Amino acid sequence: MSSTTSIQPGASDPVDGGQSHATGTTAGKPGKERRVRRIPNTKKHRIDPMYYLFLVPTLVVFTLAITLPAVMGFLYSFTDSIGFGEFDVIGFTNYIAAFSDPAILASYGFTLGFSLVTVIVVNVISFLLAVGLTSRIRMKVALRAVFVIPMVVSGIIIAYVFQYLFSNSLPAFGQAIGFEPLATSILANPNLAWLSIVFVTAWQAMPMSMLIYIAGLLAIPAEVYEASSIDGASGWKQLWTITLPLVAGYVVINTIVSFKNFLNAYDIIVGLTNGGPGTATRSIAMTIFSGFEGGDYAYQMANATIFFIIAVALALLQLRVTRGKAAL
Amino acid sequence: MSNTTTPATPRDQSTPKHGGKNRRDRANWPITIVLIVASLTVLVPLYVTVSMSLKTTEQAVSGNAFSLPWPINFSSFAQAWAMTDFPRAFTISVLVTVATVAGTIVLASLASYAIVRNWDRRLFRWSFFYLLATMFLPFPVVALPQIKLTGIVGLDNPAGVALLHIMFQLSFSILLYTAFLRSIPDELEESAKLDGASTWQTFWKLIFPLLAPMSATVGIFAFLISWNDFMMPSLITSDPSLQTLPVLQNIFQTQFSNSYNVAFASYLMAMAPAIIVYLFTQRWVMSGVTQGAIK
Repeated sequence: MSSTTSIQPGASDPVDGGQSHATGTTAGKPGKERRVRRIPNTKKHRIDPMYYLFLVPTLVVFTLAITLPAVMGFLYSFTDSIGFGEFDVIGFTNYIAAFSDPAILASYGFTLGFSLVTVIVVNVISFLLAVGLTSRIRMKVALRAVFVIPMVVSGIIIAYVFQYLFSNSLPAFGQAIGFEPLATSILANPNLAWLSIVFVTAWQAMPMSMLIYIAGLLAIPAEVYEASSIDGASGWKQLWTITLPLVAGYVVINTIVSFKNFLNAYDIIVGLTNGGPGTATRSIAMTIFSGFEGGDYAYQMANATIFFIIAVALALLQLRVTRGKAAL
Repeated sequence: MSNTTTPATPRDQSTPKHGGKNRRDRANWPITIVLIVASLTVLVPLYVTVSMSLKTTEQAVSGNAFSLPWPINFSSFAQAWAMTDFPRAFTISVLVTVATVAGTIVLASLASYAIVRNWDRRLFRWSFFYLLATMFLPFPVVALPQIKLTGIVGLDNPAGVALLHIMFQLSFSILLYTAFLRSIPDELEESAKLDGASTWQTFWKLIFPLLAPMSATVGIFAFLISWNDFMMPSLITSDPSLQTLPVLQNIFQTQFSNSYNVAFASYLMAMAPAIIVYLFTQRWVMSGVTQGAIK
């Protein structure tokens, strides 16, 4: 009935404004009678104060809980604070030290390397599973339900389960088949421990990318396949020449989203190796948290700031890519 | 954007079910078998968890992980229950998760509504980009100052954890809600307001019910992140007796060391609630995750 109000704010003003005022919106101040609801060409509409109540408390809490700590951390990174007591401003000393600190460099090397490998593993496996689960198979619903389970399981708890398997069952298997590298626990092997982290992280991250790929595959019109079948293409050829190019956008989304998540790796590593053996599998997050105990508070804040810059770069890349996709 | 919303509806995804109705093509058995074998990578760890928790201590220590438990022994559950004070940790986990889910849905939907309806106002427009900033901000970056601040203001407890969970979920949730709200025609609200409804009433009686599908997505993500999180509660909550279930498994590692059956019983009790919730809400979880992740 009032479909025109949005276009002609002037006409509906008196009725509209008067009524909402009478029913007791918090528009208590005088001068609120004339309300121009829609965005007029020249002036801004008057705003119901209730909208501020919807937003401002959240803004305040958000600022105190997120922005304030972020700014604090940034400022602390230029000091020699140990987390309490007095401190001096020391400029970029922490940053310079961080760039030549083997422990920090090793944690970046490990985290970036592990993330890269895991991203590839997750994408390949989840894509293949998605293709399988969208083809003409039996027990489709049950199988899909099973493959999503890892997503709902707590990372650290499943890591403990795998820790048992890796340190007991896998060595037993390795001894049985006489394969040297597996005969002892890979968790205790500085060169192989990271593989266990890749495995469990991929195990848990797989469902999310799989669901995204399934959505992408279902968006491909059936006619495309029918047309190519008539042309004689089938099976693997269709997968490579039709399916893969058509879900390319989803590959990009999956790659960036999972890479961002893996950079924060913590829970699963705590459950599997706790950063060991030695410091072979210490992630960036673990190194930063060490600042809470070792008197490295300000120093690790510098590390956190460096990490933040990397995260921002990745997020910008993500926005750029997803926006580019939306424009397609 | 438009091409991503189409596949996300749950009905679309369930259409392949009709494959059972003897359509022109037969089922692809080789792929079915390959997938069944692949599903063992998911099922075997879960089987090991269940079977280990049902073994006696001797069986758990000496036997191999995959053997069937015999005789079946339920006492490890009682032991784990008492050792970790399961009811207390469970209650805390539930409270943190419920608070996170409810808080995220309410705060994000209210803020999104205010933002979308007042987009011409600078405060609201800028708030949108400001609140999205956590997408750029991983928890480890702000963790140390947050530990310090929550300690100072007395929020180094599950309430503080829930609050931070909500704050970190805001950006993603607001992104989903605002996208959805922009698609709701203004006319709907205009008529409600002409009928005398205040902004508050319009939101709760008209808009919030319309947001239900988005709230399901937002709620599912908040649930999964809050229930399963280890990193944040382990760092924020200072009192070990107020810890959530995942953190408890870490705290009790040393005491579990010699009795795998008790450890696995404890793991199972901590994992089971999320899996059970998932089994009953599969369809929403799958469509919600798809919708949320693609946005």
